[in-house]
Amino acid sequence: MSQEILQVENVKKYFKIGPNQTVKSVDGISFSIRKGETFGLVGESGSGKSTLGKTIVGLYPATSGKIRFDGHELGHLDRQTQRKLNREMQMIFQDPHASLNPRMRVGDIIAEGIDAHHLAKGKERQELVYHLLERVGLRPEHAERFPHEFSGGQRQRIGIARALAVKPKFIVADEPISALDVSIQAQVVNLLDDLKQEEDLTYLFIAHDLGMVKHISDRIGVMYLGKMMEIAESSNLFEEPLHPYTQALLSAIPIPNPRLARKRERIVLSGDPPSPVHPPSGCRFRTRCPYAMDICSKMEPAWREVKKNHWTACHLYNQ
Amino acid sequence: MSHLLEVEHLKVTFPTYGGEVQAVRDVSFYVDQGEVVAIVGESGSGKTVTVQTIMGLIPTKNIKDGNIRFNGKEILHLSKKEMRKLKGSEIGMVFQDPMTSLNPTMKIGKQIAEGIRKHQKLSKAEAKQKAIELLRLVGIPNAEERYHQYPHEFSGGMRQRVVIAIALACNPKLLIADEPTTALDVTIQAQILDLMKDLQKKMEMSIILITHDLGVVAEMAQRVIVMYGGTVVETGTVFDIFENPKHPYTWGLLRSIPNLHDKEKKRLIPIEGSPPDLFSPPKGCPFAPRCPYAMEICVEKSPAEFHISNGHTARCWLNDPRAPKVEAFIAAGRE
Repeated sequence: MSQEILQVENVKKYFKIGPNQTVKSVDGISFSIRKGETFGLVGESGSGKSTLGKTIVGLYPATSGKIRFDGHELGHLDRQTQRKLNREMQMIFQDPHASLNPRMRVGDIIAEGIDAHHLAKGKERQELVYHLLERVGLRPEHAERFPHEFSGGQRQRIGIARALAVKPKFIVADEPISALDVSIQAQVVNLLDDLKQEEDLTYLFIAHDLGMVKHISDRIGVMYLGKMMEIAESSNLFEEPLHPYTQALLSAIPIPNPRLARKRERIVLSGDPPSPVHPPSGCRFRTRCPYAMDICSKMEPAWREVKKNHWTACHLYNQ
Repeated sequence: MSHLLEVEHLKVTFPTYGGEVQAVRDVSFYVDQGEVVAIVGESGSGKTVTVQTIMGLIPTKNIKDGNIRFNGKEILHLSKKEMRKLKGSEIGMVFQDPMTSLNPTMKIGKQIAEGIRKHQKLSKAEAKQKAIELLRLVGIPNAEERYHQYPHEFSGGMRQRVVIAIALACNPKLLIADEPTTALDVTIQAQILDLMKDLQKKMEMSIILITHDLGVVAEMAQRVIVMYGGTVVETGTVFDIFENPKHPYTWGLLRSIPNLHDKEKKRLIPIEGSPPDLFSPPKGCPFAPRCPYAMEICVEKSPAEFHISNGHTARCWLNDPRAPKVEAFIAAGRE
């Protein structure tokens, strides 16, 4: 059993949106990530997966709960440790068009972290930038160009180079491939996989494309309306999803095989996800759950290990 | 038998400061009555421009060549008035982003009734009744109440249902859906796809479905058109394309998606490189620079259309009897 690099304990992130209204984007989530692991986080829009990712790297302060990274508890750190953690935790964003400053040269974009953390200067800095560009499959001369001269896939590579520049240990990749074309997605996923091996990284990979998440992740967590519904090893989750929401989510993935797709019975959920301002009482999924029982509206299901390393929160598994 | 829609040798270009973009280069295909045809391709492959031309959304000055016949009638050079009539009654369109395709300052019901009144000469009350029926048809609960609400009060999936209701208002023969579920979550996507399948059967209409998601294609389409670099590279039935594809680009697309049924983790096989620059499209095959099987002729000469079997064609020199045999295909999503 390898060591846990990140521990998230009952983390909540609320946003006040009016005098009496609060969006509970992340509402009491606990999980941990092992060193060297890729943890996939899936869920629909509004499930709070991006908010959770941003809270973990410290872009949002958590409303309550504890986040421990590499033995340090976030939010209670001296400046020096904080700087170290800022460097060790990096983020790759979804939209490669919006996440790069259009008025900066690519070389300077990549070196921004290097400068901020005083990692290299002058010739050494330049060498490092060239090296990083090559690491992500671009060419050294690209350092002089501006972001608009690159395609979406190449920009995402620049975003990855920027994250790598400060030698991080842990990277939160927030939908890093959803803005890219199918043929380019595989390129970026392979690159992330290679870098993980070579640089000894740990990933939190946030996405809504379940096929890609399954491909890249060791374990997967499924979120719905700010709560974790299920966590399991990636192959277990796909073979034997326990939570009705996970079952519906998996059955909604269109299969790229015309014969299978025509045979398959799928669970189609009725309705839309409820508003996170007024989530349903008890289990949050009960309003759309095909198996909802009386108890589901009264009591929140406990988070328990139903099978080995397979956790879920659902009354169906109450013994 | 004549086709419902026939597109022949369509060529569309756009002048820009950087030069002329050749967005669609000699595209031909057809759609039959009651058929679902999927157009797949990456951004910049010309799929959206092609259907926008069918809808009359591209200025005639940009259409350099070609014919489009709908129901046997040439529609490429119709007057604005005639085109409007055609769009209102026989061709409906659903766009990608349900957030921007509705008017935010107008009540939902009005937006649906608007088209009905314009094209069907119904009274206000009758149009309202029809609009409410349509809302029910597309699965919106409390249709009477919802009729009086604004788009911001609807979720993304609900808005896409409204957009579909508007497109269906005049019982079109052909529905053009440009990435109708791309902006939606998977569970909502499943609802909308089911709805479209259901309505297509009920109303016996044809659908042109533009998408980049091969899963959606496998599920919805009877025939598939694969576009790349402004041209049609392969077309055939959904089984031809998924089980016996004959173009390396189609192979690449099918291989680059992860297989959900794989037990152990395999490396993905991406298509290296990036799509061609349509300012100066290559002389030969547009896919040649990224194709692992490219031969000399591929760079020199644009490939002919090879007929593989009835209705299955591929524009690739590998299908020439003189070409070396390449067997490179691994079916995606197998059991």
